[in-house]
Amino acid sequence: MSKIALTVDDSKTIREMVSFTLKNEGFEVIEAEDGQHAISVLGGREVNLIITDLNMPNMDGLELIRNLRSNPSYKFTPILMLTTEGDATKKQQGKDAGATGWIVKPFNPEKLIQVVNKVAA
Amino acid sequence: MVKQLSDENDLKQKTGNANDSKADEVSDSLLDSHDICQFLTFSVDKELYGVDLLKIREIKGWTETTRLPNSPEFMKGVINLRGAVIPIFDLKGRFNIGETIPTEKNVVIIIAVGDRLMGILVDAVSDIIEVESGEIKQAPQMETRLDDKFVSGLISIENKMVVVLDVDSLFDTSSLNIEGNLVSDM
Amino acid sequence: MDELQRFKDTYITECFELLEDMEEKLLNLDQGSPDNEDLNAIFRCAHSIKGGSGAFGFDRITAFTHILEELLDAMREGELSPTREVTDALLQSVDIVRQMVVAAQSGQEATEGIEDSVANQLKQVVGGDSESASPKEEIVEEESDEISIFSIDFRPKEGLLISGNEPTLIINELKTLGILECVVDIEKLPTISKLNPEKCYLDWFFTLETEKTIDDVKEVFEFVEDECHLDIEKIAGFAKMVPTAEKAESNEEKIQEAEDKSSDDSKVQAPNTNVVEPLKAVDDTAKVPVVTSIRVDIDKVDRLVNMVGELVITQAMIAAQSSDISFEEHPRLVQGINTLSQHTRELQEAVMAVRMQPVKSVFSRMPRMVRDLSTQLKKDIRLEMSGEATELDRTVIEQLSDPLTHMIRNSVDHGIDTPENREASGKPAQGVIKLSAEHAGGKILLKISDDGRGVDRERVLQKAKDKGLVASDAELSNHEIDNLIFMPGFSTAEVVSNISGRGVGMDVVKRNIEALGGTINIINKPGEGSTFLVNLPLTLAILDGMIVRVGREKYIIPIGSIIETLRPKNDEVRKIADANDLINVRGDFVSILYLHKVFSIQGAEKNPSKALVVLVESGMDKFGLVVDELIGQQQVVIKSLEENSDAVPGISAATILGDGKVALILDISKLQELMGSVENEKHESVA
Repeated sequence: MSKIALTVDDSKTIREMVSFTLKNEGFEVIEAEDGQHAISVLGGREVNLIITDLNMPNMDGLELIRNLRSNPSYKFTPILMLTTEGDATKKQQGKDAGATGWIVKPFNPEKLIQVVNKVAA
Repeated sequence: MVKQLSDENDLKQKTGNANDSKADEVSDSLLDSHDICQFLTFSVDKELYGVDLLKIREIKGWTETTRLPNSPEFMKGVINLRGAVIPIFDLKGRFNIGETIPTEKNVVIIIAVGDRLMGILVDAVSDIIEVESGEIKQAPQMETRLDDKFVSGLISIENKMVVVLDVDSLFDTSSLNIEGNLVSDM
Repeated sequence: MDELQRFKDTYITECFELLEDMEEKLLNLDQGSPDNEDLNAIFRCAHSIKGGSGAFGFDRITAFTHILEELLDAMREGELSPTREVTDALLQSVDIVRQMVVAAQSGQEATEGIEDSVANQLKQVVGGDSESASPKEEIVEEESDEISIFSIDFRPKEGLLISGNEPTLIINELKTLGILECVVDIEKLPTISKLNPEKCYLDWFFTLETEKTIDDVKEVFEFVEDECHLDIEKIAGFAKMVPTAEKAESNEEKIQEAEDKSSDDSKVQAPNTNVVEPLKAVDDTAKVPVVTSIRVDIDKVDRLVNMVGELVITQAMIAAQSSDISFEEHPRLVQGINTLSQHTRELQEAVMAVRMQPVKSVFSRMPRMVRDLSTQLKKDIRLEMSGEATELDRTVIEQLSDPLTHMIRNSVDHGIDTPENREASGKPAQGVIKLSAEHAGGKILLKISDDGRGVDRERVLQKAKDKGLVASDAELSNHEIDNLIFMPGFSTAEVVSNISGRGVGMDVVKRNIEALGGTINIINKPGEGSTFLVNLPLTLAILDGMIVRVGREKYIIPIGSIIETLRPKNDEVRKIADANDLINVRGDFVSILYLHKVFSIQGAEKNPSKALVVLVESGMDKFGLVVDELIGQQQVVIKSLEENSDAVPGISAATILGDGKVALILDISKLQELMGSVENEKHESVA
């Protein structure tokens, strides 16, 4: 069974880049445009990794994380949030919401892979 | 040396190949005298003429044209060439030596002039010839019936003379006056 | 980073979309009570642009959008209100970012310093020092000059697993730093019956021999800092030397043991993700429809349209060739051909619909332009738009932009007066320009109206006389005077204002519209305002045509232009010397044009009462075309004539009929012009 990752971001560019990087690491990647869309796309199935932006319409990253953590299916799923550098408040908020870790923008494929390996097999 | 490649099939094939060739414009002035040029020769009113092979897109039989109103006499009209509307010019009319009454035996040569495609109505297609550029002679003033600016040169082959045409200037519409015929200096 | 270049195009396209979105929302921002959702959306636009720019190294964009982001963040948090100055500055910023993105698109840099003054302005608004936008230096994993041995106390709190962190993976990462010895403490581990698989009961003690620094070690635990007790101590350091084989081996053994132990234990907690059965998704009712549109290259669509066009021609050819096959002899064949016809028509409609785009894309530029222009001219003007969702063929839309822009600029510049003057004449200080689009009778109707001064008829007539466009003693009807503005070289702007351009003039607008196969008219109410009515065909590529015969030649008249066809009686035809003949149509006298004369066609019927007169309209004018016979109506695919031939006056394009032959499509408005200024005289001679 291959590993599945979900990337959630309202920026198509970011989704494409994350997708591309993860696919090279052997992930099957599904995409969503915002929190609400993410929940719909997940449909309750198991995934091995979720990478989400924080600023999105309809349902932002923090709300998505809280939502997922309250769902037994995703209680322990590694969730990484995309943050901008120096935003300590957001990091803390994310952690409080239940995020596993974070990746700092601007996007760096090597860094992404390194962080992904830290939280997901 | 002048070579003749007179096989019918060869002709069709060569034309096809010509279309794949790179540069449309082969500037004579840049040619080495040993560079090889290819021409398609054809006859109009029993005279032989030639056009740079690279400019030729297709050879087809004569089909009835749709007249284009208020155009020059020698402009026979337009035809449908696989979805594109192409004008057909009567070379005999363009040379001011009369008018071709076309039958299905006549041939239309589709050539590319600039961005446009056009067809020229001739009596028959003759051959594809290959010459070294040095073999193309300058046309002396009185030799041809045409204004020498439409003639790129002359080629002598087997005691016959082929008049090489400069189609770009021949069908440069800005040089046409309203009556639409060539104004020869002669 | 090079592998990211493939995403550059996506990013650039996305930037343009985001900028457009930003601009639209900024324009809509109500200064009094801004919509918070809009503020959030605007913030997100800037945020996304900034997010991507870093990945591609567009530092200037990053730096500038960072400032924007800060300001917008303050706005959405309610700390800053969107005054007119702020919105103006933000709109300017959008322009600047756009310029930078355009430059980036072609791999260049935008002009030096274009962002400086606005950046300063924004910074002042935000107040205080804005955080440096330069990307933090990456923490490079340094290799120190020495080998250190760290003792690491890693004692996760019970809830560490809840954040989705997995100690095994952390330990793996630790291993990548050097040689790791690992001892696990299972003291807290309860019996199986009391074990809660969601809690972490293990502690670890590591000894790590590494060339890395303590910061690197800390980084491994960065995500779980708050969820554990972590003690990292450097217990030894010595200069690098090649480790002896012995030492390496023994270390490895120990590590192996520790690993086995820890992996056994971690197996206890690892399968927490699998233990719980997957339950239903949280909220089914909150299903958001998945995106239902796709992007397609314009070229692919065009190719599709062309191929379908060819299909239509071929199908028409087949239908024509088989028209004499009787149904009785070949019922299935005839049936099949009919069905083919139907399907082809449906396919054609479907494909044409693909090329349709809402006119919004061309309307959307207008609000900004009106705003900027009216500010510049110190006028107060409101632009009302409606019908933006009306769809037009893509090619029509592209070509609509210039004429539309010009007409609206005219309204702002010449049509609508200053607030003072308006009030003086009893009008509200704020002028209104209305722009609308709607489908009407198989065409698109665009209306551009303003409540300004209207066209000054006296001035226009005088100007026309001065320029010799009309005879100095000519008397013109109001309608005719109004239409004078469409004549070439006509511009009543005394000073060619640098706003409306180099006096481009309505004649160019008219030509643009007509080139699209449309018509333009003006309804002028001096003192109250003026309205331009633009009629456009739905599509450029297909035409409903009436095939007519003149002599032995066939021509096509666009059905949309045909009013009626009639055969006048002898006494209804009036011959006028030096002018076009007239026919009497129920009391109205209408000029007629002999096509055989216009096109020098031999063998045509010259007597209108033995021929047919097709009454056509061009703009607001009617006239008749004399033809021999009506052949039939047909939908034809428009083929360009001018691609390979020179233009023929009176002919707009060509098409290919069912028999494979080329037929020429008449240019009705051009034919009307060919009737000449003879028109005016005609009006006078027929009293």
